[in-house]
Amino acid sequence: MSFELETASDRAGLRRVAIDPVSRVEGHGKVTLLIDDAGEVQEARLHIVEFRGFEVFIQGRPYWEVPVMVQRLCGICPVSHHLAASKALDRVLGVPRLTPSADKLRRLMHYGQILQSHALHFFYLASPDLLFGFGSELGRRNIVGVAAAEPEVARRGIGLRRFGQQVIEATAGKRIHGTGAVPGGVNRHLAEADRRRLADESATIVAWARDAVQLVRRLHEADPILYDSFGREPSALMSLVRPGDGALELYDGVLRLRDADGRIELDGVGDQDYRRIISEEVKPWSYMKFPYMTHLGPERGWYKVGPLARVQNCEFIPTALAEVERRAFRDYAGGAIQHGPLAYHWTRMIEMLHAAELIDRMLDDPDLTAGERMADGERGHDGVGIIEAPRGTLIHHYTVDDDDLVEWCNLIVSTTHNNQAMNAAVRRVAREHLSGRTIDEGLLNHVEVAIRAFDPCLSCATHALGRMPLIIECVASDGRPLQTLVRDS
Amino acid sequence: MSETARFLLDGAPVPFAEGQTILEAARAAGRYIPHLCWHPDFPPHGSCKLCIVDVGGRHLSACATPAVDGATAASDTPEINAERRALLQMLFVEGNHFCPSCEKSGLCQLQAMASELGMTTPRFNHFYPDRPVDASHPDVLLDFNRCIYCELCVRASRDKDGKSVFALTNRGIHKHLVVNAESGRLGDTDFAADDVAAGICPVGVILRKRVGFAVPIGSRTYDTRPISAVSMDREEP
Ligand code: SF4
Ligand code: FES
Repeated sequence: MSFELETASDRAGLRRVAIDPVSRVEGHGKVTLLIDDAGEVQEARLHIVEFRGFEVFIQGRPYWEVPVMVQRLCGICPVSHHLAASKALDRVLGVPRLTPSADKLRRLMHYGQILQSHALHFFYLASPDLLFGFGSELGRRNIVGVAAAEPEVARRGIGLRRFGQQVIEATAGKRIHGTGAVPGGVNRHLAEADRRRLADESATIVAWARDAVQLVRRLHEADPILYDSFGREPSALMSLVRPGDGALELYDGVLRLRDADGRIELDGVGDQDYRRIISEEVKPWSYMKFPYMTHLGPERGWYKVGPLARVQNCEFIPTALAEVERRAFRDYAGGAIQHGPLAYHWTRMIEMLHAAELIDRMLDDPDLTAGERMADGERGHDGVGIIEAPRGTLIHHYTVDDDDLVEWCNLIVSTTHNNQAMNAAVRRVAREHLSGRTIDEGLLNHVEVAIRAFDPCLSCATHALGRMPLIIECVASDGRPLQTLVRDS
Repeated sequence: MSETARFLLDGAPVPFAEGQTILEAARAAGRYIPHLCWHPDFPPHGSCKLCIVDVGGRHLSACATPAVDGATAASDTPEINAERRALLQMLFVEGNHFCPSCEKSGLCQLQAMASELGMTTPRFNHFYPDRPVDASHPDVLLDFNRCIYCELCVRASRDKDGKSVFALTNRGIHKHLVVNAESGRLGDTDFAADDVAAGICPVGVILRKRVGFAVPIGSRTYDTRPISAVSMDREEP
């Protein structure tokens, strides 16, 4: 099936504008806009070049290698893959419940990852656009520009990220390609020295995270029309929630789907059963699949994942300060579900605060520094691991044969869940901001701002931050290149 | 009156007893010469050539060359070490060695040697051979991707375990490790997890199953000490 602006009715004779790759998005992204002679956008598509070789690569490998190997999928949130794979393999080993120490150490690692990833995204990638404007001078739209204009904001952003990285290092062993989680548990405790060092700083981190929420909130309140409507396309929301009370839950929970109007459509679906509710559609023009809720079909069944989905899907946030902010977010829209992609930023900061509070609270827990690390179980063959990664629901699914080798695997990464939602946002922005105008860099940046709000992480990406070149090609109806803009930011 | 026999290694005298090789004498004197296929429990094999030293302009395997009174050998020179690096680089590209996700990382002599000798890039084009693992044995996995053909397992299984489970077959680029079973599968041999051969592999081919990353990367043998130091205490497989 096809959505409006997904495929132009008559593609011949349209001018083609390609944004390739989308800058400041991890991995390769490319936007193509087909424009007719009147300057109207007739087709808008976001293509994401996803690394598809991984599933094949992992086949035939011993299962205990997988949590380490899968981190190669992503240079930006390797910890998420590390943990999702470990959770799936816990199931293969017949260990549905970890020891308290293992559970807490993995959670601590995960909260560190949420904190560092959200800080990275907001302060390094998104705040330049939000603080200076989408069409502002290109040279300022980066963390250096933020540091010049708002030194305190930049300093704290860097500090929040660094703290998250330190949590990861202390629990995973390394910032990237750590080995902390192993199927059935963890391989290390938190060292007492690390615990003390982190505990010394964690209250400050909570305070900074709280200020960051206020900063985004003020931005929203200063320009509600822009923030509420930019790229807005209503859709359902999917995330894990805590079983029983529906609290925000990032590491282990049950799947919930809320429809665009806020009604709970599906709830309490166990992670091992994800295939009962989610299907994936393949489209000829994109390498990345389009997941949807099976019972609603591809046209109505697409959904958003990530902070915007999670914060609105849960009943409450189980840490005090973040819960206050969740309520403020909800009250801002009078209790209605917010769908504008820019609201991702606000909810992302609420989650960052939640992660900071959780870390602060956990650091006194004696289970982190001592206690049984590994659990045993009855070996099976099939396991699913789902976590709420910084960018949204992340699903790893493996089958393992009697000889301990991976037979088959299926991964659905956060960015894939958001594929349709991002395409919808791009089309909305193209229609409202680009159609009928002379397209310049500032206008094209609007498209990117919408994509970036979702914080897409393009799986194989190991590109150094902020070093992604952007190429914009404007092509006339006869295929003649009119204009090429290249930037390396 | 009998003077102790000596040779000069990198300018310093090394005493030796009749029949000792250059490598053995150097080691007994607390001097390290890089090596991969040599192991104190086995006769020299002379295949990896990491132990080359320059004796009178000729490059000889120190593990297989008897010490000679009055000889002069050079080991730790830029030229010899460059040659060793090139040998390592060839070993790396011949197999599939991906250290960041290898469970033997930090316990692997090939990796440790590369860091000892300052090998920073593979330099040559990777062969990317396709070598499926053999997981048929209940307790031990064979990951052929990492074999460096040192034959330590061949020797250990034959000479210590009395089993001859392993052999190298073919030559040159087609050389590979095989096991002694009609099916070609380790599970069909009499190999056992407590065989000497099970613990001898200097790289990550013969692996105890389900251990993986139980010991964190960062706190493993070669994570904290260079192979030149570890090797003088004991040979770590
Ligand atoms: S399996 Fe290990 S011990 Fe045997 S030949 Fe290969 S590298 Fe040497
Ligand atoms: S150690 Fe001498 S040739 Fe290998």
